[in-house]
Amino acid sequence: MAPLLELDQVSLSFGGLRALHSLDMHVDENEIVSVIGPNGAGKTTLFNVITGIYQPAGDIRFDGKSLIGRSPHRITGMGVARTFQSLRLFLNMTVKENVKAATYGGTRATPIESMLRLPRARREEREVEARAEDVLGFFGQRLQGYRFDQPAYVLSYANRRRLEIARAMATGARMLLLDEPAAGMNPPEKLALRELIRGLRERFDVTILLIEHHMDVESELCDIVTVLDNGKVIAEGKPAEISRDPKVIVAYLGSGGGAGEAAEPLLAGLE
Amino acid sequence: MGGGGAFSVACTAQMQIFIQTLVTGIVTGCLYALIALGYSMVYGVLKLLNFAHGDLYMVGAFIGYFAIQWFGGATALIIPVPLLIIFMMVVAGLGVGALGVAIERFAYRPLRNAPRIAPLITALGISFILEDSVLLLFGGFTRNYNAPAFLPFRQSIHIDGVNIWSVQIIVVVVSVVMMFGLRELVNRTLFGKSMRAVASDREAAEMLGVNVDRTIAMTFFIGSAMAGVAGVMSGLAFGQISNIIGFLAGLKAFTAAVVGGIGSIPGAMIGGLVIGLCESFSSSYISSQYSDLIVFALLIATMLVRPQGVFGQPPLQKV
Repeated sequence: MAPLLELDQVSLSFGGLRALHSLDMHVDENEIVSVIGPNGAGKTTLFNVITGIYQPAGDIRFDGKSLIGRSPHRITGMGVARTFQSLRLFLNMTVKENVKAATYGGTRATPIESMLRLPRARREEREVEARAEDVLGFFGQRLQGYRFDQPAYVLSYANRRRLEIARAMATGARMLLLDEPAAGMNPPEKLALRELIRGLRERFDVTILLIEHHMDVESELCDIVTVLDNGKVIAEGKPAEISRDPKVIVAYLGSGGGAGEAAEPLLAGLE
Repeated sequence: MGGGGAFSVACTAQMQIFIQTLVTGIVTGCLYALIALGYSMVYGVLKLLNFAHGDLYMVGAFIGYFAIQWFGGATALIIPVPLLIIFMMVVAGLGVGALGVAIERFAYRPLRNAPRIAPLITALGISFILEDSVLLLFGGFTRNYNAPAFLPFRQSIHIDGVNIWSVQIIVVVVSVVMMFGLRELVNRTLFGKSMRAVASDREAAEMLGVNVDRTIAMTFFIGSAMAGVAGVMSGLAFGQISNIIGFLAGLKAFTAAVVGGIGSIPGAMIGGLVIGLCESFSSSYISSQYSDLIVFALLIATMLVRPQGVFGQPPLQKV
């Protein structure tokens, strides 16, 4: 079976800085894959090239179709949704409006139909409403009932993260990219998040690619862990293997000062 | 009551001035509101003060003027008056709307990720380009719509010595219809929802499948079209147009947008009315020379007391 997401020799430079360096990677349908790596390894850049914010060299295929040259909203339309490392909710909108905003992409009513509230516009509006409630329903009491009509800025930090995931799911995503979903969470919240991510896969049949700074949440959750350093994949495998991989240990130890540069000679020495 | 007759006559004359001033204020207020809406919508989606917006209004006024000339001139029209007015508004709306889209496409879009000062300076440049292009093409003298020639004052509504000219009614009705239409468009349609999402967070909106380029272009089209129609109506109501009328009108509309709360659509409507009324009442009761001073003093007072404007939301603290 062909992988759902395939990266083929993907490179991206900012001026003289190579952010991604001939990256090869693939994610199979229904997998949960984690990308880890020290600061500046290219993790968020990887998300930005997949979602079309940056145009890299090389090829990225989603479900067999190339994503190169497509604008971000089209890539979303194909079924790739993401969350952001720093939260990007519509803070002035209510919880439900945030989620509804993600579902309008599929509506077809013309402006005239919407303004005159003709049957198709009304039906679509009901569908959007139902879908938003359905997605939010998955997140349990925290985002339901009286929460529907509260503005997003009253939510706690962890609930904002949940809402962002809900919003991404509401686009009808087949693949969900989560950028450091556990950042800033305390240990119990991280445990709850792990169950949530596992639940997402079961409930929505979604493939998940997530970024973590360290081996943490994903160590028990993920099928595959991919380690990035200096824009390159330095290791790939099951969580248990990765945590023992000497190259990975070196990458992290060397990340204290000059990031990967310092790690490279060490790495060569080990091999 | 003794001497009641003389008293009541004096009272009525006062009332007449008051009502006349009120009507003028509402008419100018509607025009300012229509221009302010474009200012505010563009600010909402791009966080850009489009200083060229007032000049789009001027271009609209010129399109209307040439439409009158095309159909035989104010004194010898070859088509029915209602048809002319509809034609002027439609052509000015579409033409200026298209001009706004072109400006966004070629002047602002390339600078979308540039520091915010760059598009701001560009907007000032576009403003000069529009003013001076009209100067070069049509000369700098003042032209007159001469609307009373085909919409006579005697067709006014007279109530107790108060005259409401048919053009004033047209301005108010067209403005209210357009603002109501805009409200429905923003609240109900996919475009309106996209616009609110882009205004809230452009990058996040794009990630949720919103076509950001198209949404911004549509915002420019609608804002500019309203300014174009406002230009036609101001020509009908006040007569004189020249290549520089956009500057002061734009500045007042900007004031209206800020007073109402920039980025807010109801704010722009209310702000426009407040500025229009303030201007007409200070002209009638204080001094017409000082009316601009009073309008801009209102802007400064708003900035001191409520910097976010009447309907503006105070900036949120991002965590």
